[in-house]
Amino acid sequence: MPHVAVRDLSVTYEGKIGFKSTTVEIPDACITAVIGPSGCGKSTFLRCLNRLIDNTPGARVQGEVLIDGTNIYDPGTDLSALRKKLGLLSQRPQVLPMSIYDNVAYGPRIHGTRRRAELDDIVRKQLEVAGLWEEVHDRLHQPARQLSLGQQQRLCLARGLAVEPEVLLCDEPTASLDPVSSGHVEERLIELKSEYTIVLVTHMLRQAHRLADYVLFMYMGELVEEGPADELFSNPRDERTRDYVAGTIS
Amino acid sequence: MISRIFPRLMQERSATATIWLLSFAVPLLTVGLAIGLTLRSLPILRDNSLIDLLTRTTWRPMAGEFGFLPFIVGTIAVTLVAMVISAPICLLAALHLAEYAGSQTRTLLRPLVDLLAGIPAVVYGLFGILVVVPAVGRYIAPFAESHLYFVPWLSPQQHATGYSILAGGMVLALMVSPFIISVAEDALQAIPVGVREASLSLGATSWETSKYVSLRAALPGLVGAVVLGFSRTLGETMAVLMVVGNVAQIPESIFDSAYPLTALIANNYGEMMSIPLFDSALMLASLLLLVVVAFFNFAAQMLVLAVRKRAGE
Ligand SMILES: Nc1ncnc2c1ncn2[C@@H]1O[C@H](COP(=O)(O)OP(=O)(O)O)[C@@H](O)[C@H]1O
Ligand SMILES: [Mg+2]
Repeated sequence: MPHVAVRDLSVTYEGKIGFKSTTVEIPDACITAVIGPSGCGKSTFLRCLNRLIDNTPGARVQGEVLIDGTNIYDPGTDLSALRKKLGLLSQRPQVLPMSIYDNVAYGPRIHGTRRRAELDDIVRKQLEVAGLWEEVHDRLHQPARQLSLGQQQRLCLARGLAVEPEVLLCDEPTASLDPVSSGHVEERLIELKSEYTIVLVTHMLRQAHRLADYVLFMYMGELVEEGPADELFSNPRDERTRDYVAGTIS
Repeated sequence: MISRIFPRLMQERSATATIWLLSFAVPLLTVGLAIGLTLRSLPILRDNSLIDLLTRTTWRPMAGEFGFLPFIVGTIAVTLVAMVISAPICLLAALHLAEYAGSQTRTLLRPLVDLLAGIPAVVYGLFGILVVVPAVGRYIAPFAESHLYFVPWLSPQQHATGYSILAGGMVLALMVSPFIISVAEDALQAIPVGVREASLSLGATSWETSKYVSLRAALPGLVGAVVLGFSRTLGETMAVLMVVGNVAQIPESIFDSAYPLTALIANNYGEMMSIPLFDSALMLASLLLLVVVAFFNFAAQMLVLAVRKRAGE
């Protein structure tokens, strides 16, 4: 069984459809791209996987999300432990109002790591993995907000990796970045995919082409088609998928 | 061509001039006020040195003794007590409204908080006399007498009446709370949702997120909220005058009566004008109040700036 499996999951916002009943398994150790036009329910779907949707007023979730075989919507789920397993990279880089170092150390501290030497190691290691260490190692204690947007997004990646998740949820992680910074982030994701289950929401077809191993295509709140990237792109079964991939609908 | 652009140019010029003038008018008014008060305080300053007036503790206008220290201490004591009581409660209330309350609770609570802001001061004063003063005299003071007698400033003398700094502070704390709550809540609402979600997504609980992220991100605004409350409290008169007891003494504990500057002015202006220099003394009291408020506002601005700088903005 993969890390992430979804059973009959649907979301409504005060009666309005977020996305319709969906059943899908996300393959491990690769990048699964969730594609589809804006407003089709991609973000809503992603936010169900770590129950961040709980924080959206009016959202109602039905169905099951199995993370490592356990339904996270069962009452009594330990949200802190759950979210530790799923890192999040959002559309805009959301740095915490503290130093670069403290951003990365934030998660480990929350989960009980106190020893300075240990934290130092984690910060260095994850900043290296995120490809940011060279650029910031001499100003770790400056406010994270002083970094460029692209650097901030890689910092957010390092921060997410620091709690040692199994899954990375990325919601259009390059949408607010310039092409060079986007390239940096994409490279990191490719490097990381052998160790993590990565779910990448994107509305950029080209990005899905470049990165995806597996693809979910959503349209108007519905999971229309799923399959390995090369199959889905070269030989889509559904007409809507074909039109979207060809660029005739958006 | 020229004929059409000319009137518009004139309009532009005169509008700019008017705005420029108006933007100077308000600060000028303040300066004028300060100058007026200074001129009217000159008679008393001619007979007494400023230092003496500010540090002497006896207030006997009949005998020509004007010591302002009790009033200054009274003002500061009541304000401090009010802030110590209201700041933590209001900040937590704002946090609750901004991050914990459901939308229904919020729509219910917000108008109530706003309503508090609209109640006239004299009503707070009555509430103070009817509820707060008896509560202090009958319950809080006896409790402090038997349990806190070893704590300086918290141990009442015998027979505390309840008309005290504490009662004044409590009434002021209540009065000022809607302002602090709404300014603090605005500061908290201004934090991007995504930042809180980033913290939650790392496994932090709501409280950890509030503590480490929201309170920190909103710190300049929260300091501003408390400071705004502080300067409102300093100048508040009516409610405080009704419950602090108005005794010109240096208080030894928060259960003693005090006599804030505002109460001094309000109680005495228009009476006893036949006493020499009394009128001038009250003008000096007003000037002192103006200076103290201006000083705190200035210090507050500096504080907010410093906090903002440290927060890395
Ligand atoms: N907080 C919300 N309240 C109400 N409706 C929402 C909210 N968030 C999203 N929606 C609606 O749910 C649908 C799916 O939105 P979303 O998941 O954000 O799509 P995508 O990420 O694919 O652009 C849209 O119709 C959107 O208007
Ligand atoms: Mg989206």
